[in-house]
Amino acid sequence: MSISMSPAETTIEEGKTVGIPFSDDPKFHLRNVEVFYGESPAIKNISLDIARNEVIAFIGPSGCGKSTFLRCLNRMNDSIESCQIKGSLLLDGQDIYDPKRDVVELRARVGMVFQKPNPFPKSIYDNVAYGPRIHGLANRKSDLDDVVENSLRKAGLWNEVKDRLDAMATGMSGGQQQRLCIARAIAVSPEVVLMDEPCSALDPIATARIEELIAELSESYTIVIVTHSMQQAARVSNRTAYFHLGHLVEVNDTSKVFTMPEHELTESYITGRFG
Amino acid sequence: MQTADLLPLVLVLAAVAYGSAYMRSRAVAAPLGGIRNLKALPAYYAARAALWCAIPALIILGAWAAFEGKVIQNIVMASLPAELTPQSAGHASLTLSQISNLAAGKLNPAMVPDGISSAAVLLQELREQSSRFKSLLVVLIAVLGGTFAWTRVAPTINARKSVERTLQRLFFVCAAVAILTTIGIVFSVIFETVRFFGKVPMSEFLFGTNWSPQTALRADQVGSEGAFGVIPLFTGTLMISAIAMLIAVPVGLLSAVYLSEYASPRMRSVVKPLLEMLAGVPTVVYGFFAALTVAPFIRDLALMLGLEASSQSALAAGLVMGIMIIPFVSSLSDDVINAVPRSLRDGSLALGATQSETMKNVIFPAALPGIMGGILLAASRAIGETMIVVMAAGLAANLTANPLDSVTTVTVQIVTLLTGDQEFDSAKTLAAFALGMMLFIVTLLLNVIALKVVRKYREQYD
Repeated sequence: MSISMSPAETTIEEGKTVGIPFSDDPKFHLRNVEVFYGESPAIKNISLDIARNEVIAFIGPSGCGKSTFLRCLNRMNDSIESCQIKGSLLLDGQDIYDPKRDVVELRARVGMVFQKPNPFPKSIYDNVAYGPRIHGLANRKSDLDDVVENSLRKAGLWNEVKDRLDAMATGMSGGQQQRLCIARAIAVSPEVVLMDEPCSALDPIATARIEELIAELSESYTIVIVTHSMQQAARVSNRTAYFHLGHLVEVNDTSKVFTMPEHELTESYITGRFG
Repeated sequence: MQTADLLPLVLVLAAVAYGSAYMRSRAVAAPLGGIRNLKALPAYYAARAALWCAIPALIILGAWAAFEGKVIQNIVMASLPAELTPQSAGHASLTLSQISNLAAGKLNPAMVPDGISSAAVLLQELREQSSRFKSLLVVLIAVLGGTFAWTRVAPTINARKSVERTLQRLFFVCAAVAILTTIGIVFSVIFETVRFFGKVPMSEFLFGTNWSPQTALRADQVGSEGAFGVIPLFTGTLMISAIAMLIAVPVGLLSAVYLSEYASPRMRSVVKPLLEMLAGVPTVVYGFFAALTVAPFIRDLALMLGLEASSQSALAAGLVMGIMIIPFVSSLSDDVINAVPRSLRDGSLALGATQSETMKNVIFPAALPGIMGGILLAASRAIGETMIVVMAAGLAANLTANPLDSVTTVTVQIVTLLTGDQEFDSAKTLAAFALGMMLFIVTLLLNVIALKVVRKYREQYD
């Protein structure tokens, strides 16, 4: 009895992922992705599809490569000299790493929210207006005002800051700062929002606000979230991907991963045996 | 024994005290079951003994050396017969040097009055006595101190605490030396400055537009009225500094941006030390580079363009000085740009900003206070710079805005006022102190502002 309940898979094999890693209409089409820092491999032959308008959570123990993998999706690893990326990474069928590709346009479409809130030392307004100004999205002041207001509303921050848009963003609380960073990211109307442990520096109440926000945003954006909190992954995501030592071990519907993992390592991790 | 011989002797005694206290502490600890039962490690007992031995002895030695000469002098002077008692300070120092020369055997005793030669004998005697006393006292104190500490090697006494306290005081004394020196310099300059303002009114000094510090040495001398208006000097200083900053700030800043944002690590590891090497070139080398290469080049260039240029120009001095302070600006700016958190950079790049947009909109504003601090430090360096301007800017105190003219600076004038044979109580030489004071105030203000700005910047990110 107990044998039939335990996961079928026990070994990791390079390039092999259990569960449902692929999708019919992917936003990101990622095949045989390998990442090296110098000589040492950080990502070992991962293939995965990220579907349109889904929320996918990347979980796994520290150093498993989930953040590295996330940063491949908007080429944030470019600034790391020793980082080498192989394989095929397509966004809407177009190669992300095509040398001719404009990284500015890519990042305008794939926004990112970081682990630590990183508002610029400017006013709240200027923080949100930063992206639209750079990309020339609003020509008139009134247009820009609208973009700022809409983004702050979507990030659930408008009511708290509408009377002090000129105040320094660095003076806000951590949770507000992180929501401001989300507002800043969605102000350029991206299609995808990457979130790298967005709540790890926040208290539980601020975390709950962000999680609500992710649920609201998932209606209009594709969201990829890296998290250390399994409860968070369970609460916000449609699908969950479990990374282990640079391998993508298992991808499946979130409910499935947390109730009936197919791989022994996934089970060990979610039941807290390591990680 | 001489002071020079006593010093090593005291150190040897201290070493002996160290060794014996170390041994004694181990011996004391042994019956108790090892050094764990002492309040402090043996090295602390030993260090305390060495300190007890050396410090009082050295203090006595220092005090003796400081007052010995003066006391002996007074005794000798008092012993002089009434007819030889000096009437003025000048006379007194003459008599004294006569006595000491005689004592040293440099003077024939037949050539001086009896009173002087007996004073010389007394001087010699007193010196020998003092030397004997000093040696005896110092050695005695050293031995007593060492012995006292040696007897106090006991398991219940915590030597660690007293060693720590002594060291703390020692560090304080070291810090105080630097501060007291600064205060001393300031006071000596203030003193002379006040004397200068007794001869030349402050308003004339501060607002006068004419600088020609030649004063009459004799009453019948003509044509040397002496004018002490600093305005031409300060305009010269400011013009040269402004030209220097005009060169150094853009070049230094942009090279800092290149180094911190664009250069590959390998490039950076080559370029940065090379750039900093500019700071290691002696200023006198810059000086003759300016005077012999740059200034003639500028003059020829100006002539080609149909402009009149003097062969010593503010432009030449300013250009070379600008090159000299490039590393100040670039190195400090590079540091503050690097100190801007990586997360801000990433945040901007992730929004689709290019590297230069990120630089312009995020990193530069964030680093600006620190960069300003660097620039102000470079400016105070430029204002105080002497060698380049002495060689390349000239001596003529022209009140001009033309950078092709020769101008002079505050520092150049200080140098010319104080070099050569000078009387130290004429307005001319005292003017140098007043100039120094002004310069000190200006650079001090700049430094204070710079430090304030830099500190404010630090608070923002820590």
